[in-house]
Amino acid sequence: MPYTPELKQLIKKVEATRPERVRRKKEGKEMPAMSLEERQAVLDAFHPDCKKTSKRPIGVGVNKGYAISPEIVDTLEAKSRVDPDKVDLTPRFSTDVLVVGGGGAGAAAAIMAREQGAKVLVLTKLRMGDANTMMAEGGIQSASKPHKDSPYYHYLDVLGGGHFKNVPELAEALVADAPETLAWLESLGCMFTKEADGRLLTIHGGGTSRKRMHYAADITGAEIMRTLRDEALNYPEDIRAIDFTSAVELVLNDKGQCAGVVAYNHETEEYFTVRAKAVIMATGGSGRLHIQDFMTTNHYGATGDGLVMGYRAGVELCFLHTVQFHPTGVSFPDQIEGLLLTEKFRGMGANILNIDAEQFVFEREPRDVEAAAFIRECEERKKGIATPSGKVGVWLDSPMIDDLKGPGTVQREFVGKWKLYLRHGIDISKEPMLTYPTLHYQNGGLKIGAKGETSLPGFYAAGEVAGGIHGENRLMGNSLLDVCVFGRRAGEAAAGFAKAGAREGKLNLEHVKKYHQELEKAGLGRDRVSPVLLPDYVNPDVKKYQLTTSYVGTIR
Amino acid sequence: MEPKVNLIPIHIMGKQYMVPDVLTVMKAMEYAGYQLTRGCGCRGGICGACGIAYRLPNSYKIEVGLACQAMVQPDMYLAVLPFYPNKRGVHDVENLGANVDTFKALYPEVFKCVSCNTCTKSCPMSIEVMDYINAAMRGDVRQAAELSFDCVMCGLCTSRCPAEISHANVAILARRLYGSQVVPRAEHLAKQVKQVKTGKFKEGLAKLKSADLTSLKELYKAREAEPDNAPDEWAPKSNDYL
Ligand SMILES: Cc1cc2nc3c(=O)[nH]c(=O)nc-3n(C[C@H](O)[C@H](O)[C@H](O)COP(=O)(O)OP(=O)(O)OC[C@H]3O[C@@H](n4cnc5c(N)ncnc54)[C@H](O)[C@@H]3O)c2cc1C
Ligand code: FES
Repeated sequence: MPYTPELKQLIKKVEATRPERVRRKKEGKEMPAMSLEERQAVLDAFHPDCKKTSKRPIGVGVNKGYAISPEIVDTLEAKSRVDPDKVDLTPRFSTDVLVVGGGGAGAAAAIMAREQGAKVLVLTKLRMGDANTMMAEGGIQSASKPHKDSPYYHYLDVLGGGHFKNVPELAEALVADAPETLAWLESLGCMFTKEADGRLLTIHGGGTSRKRMHYAADITGAEIMRTLRDEALNYPEDIRAIDFTSAVELVLNDKGQCAGVVAYNHETEEYFTVRAKAVIMATGGSGRLHIQDFMTTNHYGATGDGLVMGYRAGVELCFLHTVQFHPTGVSFPDQIEGLLLTEKFRGMGANILNIDAEQFVFEREPRDVEAAAFIRECEERKKGIATPSGKVGVWLDSPMIDDLKGPGTVQREFVGKWKLYLRHGIDISKEPMLTYPTLHYQNGGLKIGAKGETSLPGFYAAGEVAGGIHGENRLMGNSLLDVCVFGRRAGEAAAGFAKAGAREGKLNLEHVKKYHQELEKAGLGRDRVSPVLLPDYVNPDVKKYQLTTSYVGTIR
Repeated sequence: MEPKVNLIPIHIMGKQYMVPDVLTVMKAMEYAGYQLTRGCGCRGGICGACGIAYRLPNSYKIEVGLACQAMVQPDMYLAVLPFYPNKRGVHDVENLGANVDTFKALYPEVFKCVSCNTCTKSCPMSIEVMDYINAAMRGDVRQAAELSFDCVMCGLCTSRCPAEISHANVAILARRLYGSQVVPRAEHLAKQVKQVKTGKFKEGLAKLKSADLTSLKELYKAREAEPDNAPDEWAPKSNDYL
């Protein structure tokens, strides 16, 4: 939907202050960045992580007392979707390695497990590749240029980004495997953007000391995901993928090993058992839990399921006390709300403005600071711009990029977004965009070791579902890298365990029963089940009429 | 002020619902009461999970689009195509030729293309689908790869093709052949991989791993930053740990 007459009036103000802002920028007179003290103050008061209500201690389980987002705690303080006494534990499928989740980490894991000789089954909630990996635009980091960069400097950058809290062994694995992983993607045929002689083009990302962000135009994640998917599907004898089927619970055996999952067919609504010698959790992030009601950049299936399944089986969680918000998500038009507007807009000079078309924050503060400043402007100073549907936003002045870098720049550099907005009647090379912080990345997750292994034998985790690699804050480009590096590592390790470590044993869900007892004792989770599987966007007016009393379907 | 809602009729799989005229088809379905389990992935126009086919009143045309991108229109009559059976040739990309024989072997139906251009007209990403199919027929891997680069693999072209071609799979084969065999490999990357394998960076990383917080922060602050506008040849003053 194009801008309303009211919004067009406000855009006139933006246009009025633009020539002066462009002139200042051309003269190098930037708005000053905040001092470290100012940054801390705005973070403390306005960053969603720092709000008093933003955390609640978990009431049960191995991390009892650890305070994290209440929306995630809700999923942990919930009963299983199934009655553990009723599940038929006779396996319907048996495999060596079971991969849960067909995103980047899952596909990489499947390919590598097969290479080690394992038979692999992939269960995935939507279709393989309908995942956050597909949506990444910006790029993938790797210290690929020996004359100026090395894993050493990559490591320093990763730690600086993560507030120096990262688990050293994991950060080391990430940066040391990076070149080989990138070369692997290259050999599989990923069309990275290159010079004619094969040299990879690289740019900076937030917090990098060397230009090591590699990209495939502005659809890097899609290029990696569709290539990995194609490769995984290339071995139908060895890798079997079942779409629209979620895992909902881990299954253990009486030797104390992870030995499969309870799966759920979204169409027939059957729950059935898959037996495996090793399980890799690769379910990705949790943006669709809409922490603190924020909109999200994540795909439809990002509901944090892996956290719940692992936690019920006693695997610890870590680094979930921070959540990454991206400052510039779309807040208008509604049809594309929450969608990511890449950092590159601000990198190329677009100012951030309030309702009076005044600059209130330098456009290139770190992500968390920038986001907090937007929230302060709207919540405290009431200088945000209201959208017709009652949301709020600030201006991202994209047209000034053309004024700065020449006509046609916006269309050329941001062709995807330019086309997308045009479909809604907005030309972003002529009209600014309304943006607001959006939920972007789950910084933490299941605790893993350098091979993706967890405290539960036979159970591995890789990708956004795992925590520790990025400490308290992930830098752009390190997540695509992480899913490939740790997906590969977990795939190899799980195949190894399937060969050498796994033991036959009677399958059981005792851990779920015990968890239920603990919930019962604490008086928690009586009215909730999890994992969430899919968000619920059904119109509440329709819901009033959905009166079935005795049956709980996919979501209800 | 309550936002004013203008309701229009649309027909989802043959049933009429009144929905706000400002919604995408995907959101309109949810407004109507659908809980989507299929036909929804990224919700952002890149995963290709949400193909739809529809007709508008007084038109013989079958239109196609992505539910997360297409806006509702009065009296549109639509079906969701969240899955379309595609043919996929099994191959080993490293041992295939980047030439026409590969397409002949894996996707012979490509050569039955009747040049009707319906694929191109039905592409929600505005890709010149027929042109890249023609490029594949000529063995022009580069052009097939470049023209198809934005493909989201929704399968709408296949659903409309009289020659029954699985375009998206032909396209990804072309891109993988191009990326792995036609474009030169990055030499600097291969060199770095070798250096990592010889253990060149082990010692430096070990130092960092065991460094205390204060010295780590010092090292972090002291690291030399490559300037934004520096050419690729830029090199830091210190060669340490490179
Ligand atoms: C819009 C956007 C832009 C981004 N840009 C960048 C970038 O430029 N650079 C970068 O490095 N990172 C970026 N990221 C982050 C990065 O893309 C993700 O963190 C990463 O791809 C996650 O990969 P994954 O394999 O762990 O999870 P995903 O790719 O999300 O895959 C998880 C899969 O598991 C499935 N699943 C979930 N639950 C279940 C279940 N219970 N049973 C079965 N299957 C299940 C999901 O449906 C999905 O298919 C971006 C993320 C987003 C959302
Ligand atoms: S949901 Fe991914 S393209 Fe529409």
